[in-house]
Amino acid sequence: MSTTAPAPAAALNLSRTTATAARVLRQLRHDPRTIALMILVPCLMLVLLRYVFDGSPHTFDNIGASLLGIFPLITMFLVTSIATLRERTSGTLERLLAMPLGKGDLIAGYALAFGGLAIVQSALATGLAVWLLGLDVTGSPWLLLLVALLDALLGTALGLFVSAFAASEFQAVQFMPAVIFPQLLLCGLFTPRDQMHPVLEAISDVLPMSYAVDGMNEVLRHTDMTATFVRDALIVAGCALLVLGLGAATLRRRTT
Amino acid sequence: MMNYLPGPGETDTGGPTPPAIRAEALTVLRGSRSVLRGLGFTVPRGQITGLLGPSGCGKSTLMRAIVGTQAKVTGTLEVLGRPAGHPALRTRIGYVTQAASVYDDLTVRQNLDYFAAILDPGRAAADRRRADVTRAIADVDLASHADALAGNLSGGQRNRVSLAVALLGAPELLVLDEPTVGLDPVLRRDLWNLFHRIAADRGATLLVSSHVMDEAERCHRLLLMREGEILADDSPEALRTRTGSETVEAAFLHLVDEAVAAGHTKETAR
Repeated sequence: MSTTAPAPAAALNLSRTTATAARVLRQLRHDPRTIALMILVPCLMLVLLRYVFDGSPHTFDNIGASLLGIFPLITMFLVTSIATLRERTSGTLERLLAMPLGKGDLIAGYALAFGGLAIVQSALATGLAVWLLGLDVTGSPWLLLLVALLDALLGTALGLFVSAFAASEFQAVQFMPAVIFPQLLLCGLFTPRDQMHPVLEAISDVLPMSYAVDGMNEVLRHTDMTATFVRDALIVAGCALLVLGLGAATLRRRTT
Repeated sequence: MMNYLPGPGETDTGGPTPPAIRAEALTVLRGSRSVLRGLGFTVPRGQITGLLGPSGCGKSTLMRAIVGTQAKVTGTLEVLGRPAGHPALRTRIGYVTQAASVYDDLTVRQNLDYFAAILDPGRAAADRRRADVTRAIADVDLASHADALAGNLSGGQRNRVSLAVALLGAPELLVLDEPTVGLDPVLRRDLWNLFHRIAADRGATLLVSSHVMDEAERCHRLLLMREGEILADDSPEALRTRTGSETVEAAFLHLVDEAVAAGHTKETAR
């Protein structure tokens, strides 16, 4: 049953949104190990990758740029899906929705908190890759950061949505391979998408991660912001918003 | 209550005050099974009403319907003069679920700070919020644990944090689902004293569920429930007198036997 959408809950309330974001960050602050893992693991992976492809720096350029877009997506997916699942199972979600908190406030609060964290994570990873590991980017590193941020938002959105279908943290973690791995295989990281079986190529055309990786590659190869880059960025942003909307629909004030 | 209910919007402009809760033909479905079957009752304002009955009789479902988190509710259910679940009620009702719903990875004060910011947002209200949080922590006697992580507290202490959240913003109606379960006798007595203080000093209405019948004596009024129906709606004294029983527990058993017998005759008459 969808209750009549009340005006105060439909509009975004800025102080409730920031209070929620502050609360999410405060929860994380009591868990420094999670923060350290979120921030350091992508950096370590990049270092590892750089020396795995020690003999072929060109390969590192290609894969490294793609991974800069994929890391934030995966981390944010995991963190958000578990955080929202905990919110659902601990009863705090029911309590919040019985209070004057809009669904939009809650979602925007999460997106704000994890988006902020994603900026830190992506900035460190991008900075490390470009300046210390010699990732050869033709375009501006700021554009890499922009795509990384959009990817993080997409990860947050997917995590939020998927948490509605997970009954336990075990299931939430299993959704990671289910939702992320197919995209990882089809996004063009391993083989260019136009060399795949036509059916798989068609599938990869509708998966958002393909555009995240395309966008990264555009920055890698072109000095200017190309039309393709703009298209890719808009598609990733649009998908993130769409999935956030779907996620909002899974937050019900009234449940059985 | 026989007085007619004023429509929404009239409630704050004088006129007869509607009861805290009024239900008529209230039914809740879960799947195809009805968990609550055609309930009709009123809960008067400014008193403690106990909602008693065995586990699984529908107490929690009724409470969730009252606070507006239960789906598939049919019939009439008015809370503080408005239909249950109305957005305007969200700041006027405090609700405590059976399991403590607080963030384990925040301290007691951080938990309350956050929920207070949802109830009373904005920087201008910061001082009022701080006072409200301090008062709520004192109410549940957790001042010495204010900076402890909720996850490190005992079960009873976590339940009291959850109760403190419900006390924020001085709600007119408190819906408490088994708030004293698992507490030692001293704490239970303290909490009941707090409930009476809240009703007497703040004029709030409390609906408190329990499956422990000896708590019934501490309520002004009782709703006895069994298998999704209301068996009795009366004061503890009146219940004992009517059934000629010494305790509310005996009165409850008497009423159950009566209901079972009545059910049998109804079936044989068919």
